[in-house]
Amino acid sequence: MNIVAPIKREMHVVHSRGDKVFRGIVTAGALTSLVILGLIGSFLFARGAQVFSQYGLKFITGTNWSSSMEEGIPSEFGMGPMLVGTIVVSVIALLFAVPMSIAGALYIEFYATGRVRKIMSGLLDLAAAIPSLIFGLWGIQIFTNFGQRWASFLGNRLGFVPIFNTISDNYGRSPFVAGCVLAAMVVPITTSVAREVYSRTPRELIDTCYALGGSKWGAIKTVVLPFGKSGVVGGAMLGLGRALGETVAVYLVLNLNFRYTFRILESEGGNVASLIATRFGESSSEELTALVAAGFVLFLLTLSVNMVASAIVAKTTRS
Amino acid sequence: MRSAVSIGAVGVLSLVIVLFTGFAGVDGWAVTVFLVSVLLIIVRGRKMSVKERGNAKVQLFITAAALLAFAPWISIFGSVLVKGIVGLKLNFVTSDMRTTVPDDELNLGGALHAMLGSLLMVVMATAITLPLGILSGVYLTEIKGRFTFLVRFVIQSMSGVPSIVAGLFVFTTYVSATHGPTAFGGSLALGILMLPTVARTSEEVLKLVPDDLRSASLALGARQWRTTLMVVLPTVRSGLITAAILGVARVIGETAPLLLTAGSNTAFWFNPLKGPIASLPIYVFGMLQIGTEYAVNRAWTGALVLMLTVFALFFTARKLGGKDKR
Repeated sequence: MNIVAPIKREMHVVHSRGDKVFRGIVTAGALTSLVILGLIGSFLFARGAQVFSQYGLKFITGTNWSSSMEEGIPSEFGMGPMLVGTIVVSVIALLFAVPMSIAGALYIEFYATGRVRKIMSGLLDLAAAIPSLIFGLWGIQIFTNFGQRWASFLGNRLGFVPIFNTISDNYGRSPFVAGCVLAAMVVPITTSVAREVYSRTPRELIDTCYALGGSKWGAIKTVVLPFGKSGVVGGAMLGLGRALGETVAVYLVLNLNFRYTFRILESEGGNVASLIATRFGESSSEELTALVAAGFVLFLLTLSVNMVASAIVAKTTRS
Repeated sequence: MRSAVSIGAVGVLSLVIVLFTGFAGVDGWAVTVFLVSVLLIIVRGRKMSVKERGNAKVQLFITAAALLAFAPWISIFGSVLVKGIVGLKLNFVTSDMRTTVPDDELNLGGALHAMLGSLLMVVMATAITLPLGILSGVYLTEIKGRFTFLVRFVIQSMSGVPSIVAGLFVFTTYVSATHGPTAFGGSLALGILMLPTVARTSEEVLKLVPDDLRSASLALGARQWRTTLMVVLPTVRSGLITAAILGVARVIGETAPLLLTAGSNTAFWFNPLKGPIASLPIYVFGMLQIGTEYAVNRAWTGALVLMLTVFALFFTARKLGGKDKR
């Protein structure tokens, strides 16, 4: 006797005309975000193209930003100090934010219990919703007092280290203080990602650790932290993306000054987004083109950081 | 009992140190308490096993760092409330700045125009964004076509577009080509920032619709478009409203894009296509830039109203969001 194995029947889905129209509309709607993103990139590039062709790489590396209204004196646009300043402030923010986020996430997931845990996770969600403007307001009106004191403490004791060196005795409105404010702003993002990742640690692994006589810290160190490592990196990069592109919080706190500075306690620093916000109102059409070009560079920078970050986060939180 | 004793000991010791050394302020206190706690663990740790001692130390460090992470937000909530409530008088929500200069007494002038302006722009932004966001969500959950990965990736990347870049984009394409800053320009910029939140939340809520419902509808002979429009979407109506609310909460405090696209004004401006319009974030920002005592007071009050609005939106969203899960 012959036994014929069942063959999988080929299936064809034929959509009715109504469905075709429906699917077309929905697809078009879903692709608008792609179109918008593409338009942002291409329009900014097109408007800034003149500056890119005129200055070339010197637009990125140049150290002078001066808009000349007079005939005969050429304007010069180089965003180097602002770009470096943006990165410096963001790195300071991450140096504070990442350890605090890891601790905060571990605390909520493994140490806090009952009501404390509920309150803390509620507070975390609320903090993520605070507009950056309020962070800036708080930063310049309240936090600067503390930040200044910490900065002068650092400056007085570690002044021999080049980056903590200061010329003046003015510690407010420095990259250090702005970085702290950004850290407070970034912590909600990185903490929720870290928490999400930590909560996915397989329970059996933690229990195994306890069964072998490990302490709570032992379990965290050997199981939870390694398990969540790439997720935390992704979360930190999401935070970095937000810190790089932040405008008002930095604008309000930082004293914008156009030269390279690596003295993080000194009361001067740079930020691309703040440069755009500051110069925008009074700019000539030539400078406006340069500002759009700077915006394009910022767009590329944050977009690439964010893409890498979301790829990492998506990979680690996929169930 | 033992923990109560140690908390008491830490408190007393810190008090002594703070009183007799130069440490001052909230931060001085925090550092002192932390150091004294470390000392206490070292002293008491001599009786503990290695494992217990290590655990206690780590717990102290993690707790301290977690508190440090949460401290700024508590400080923000507190300071906005305390400083903002000073200027929160009836006239703040009933009058505008047409006949008032920022330096006038706080019982003159208000931010009605700014609130109305924010409301107008947010409503327009929602009207533009919500359909697009829901379509994206429907595409990702119902159609699952060949662009699924791409759409999800683009939405994710779009949420990282800096707000000032969105403003710059609308400025170069729309504002500079038309009449200058307008409410419509502002709402376009806000819409760009809102879309990723709305799309992602829509996708999340649409995922909650059980497949049985779709199958049942299809088995009854309904086409996909009818199934989606008459079964799937109505099921998650409150979830989609949540998506809109979360989107609004995301953008209501955005300042940078409005600086470029909407401008500012001292009274409410009715024409959304022509003329600059005030908004609450710009009001706060402008008052802070002026920097005099009363102006800063006004800024804090504006920030308080802004924060309360965001929280109200947030709690509404959470309440509605909880509804669908049941």
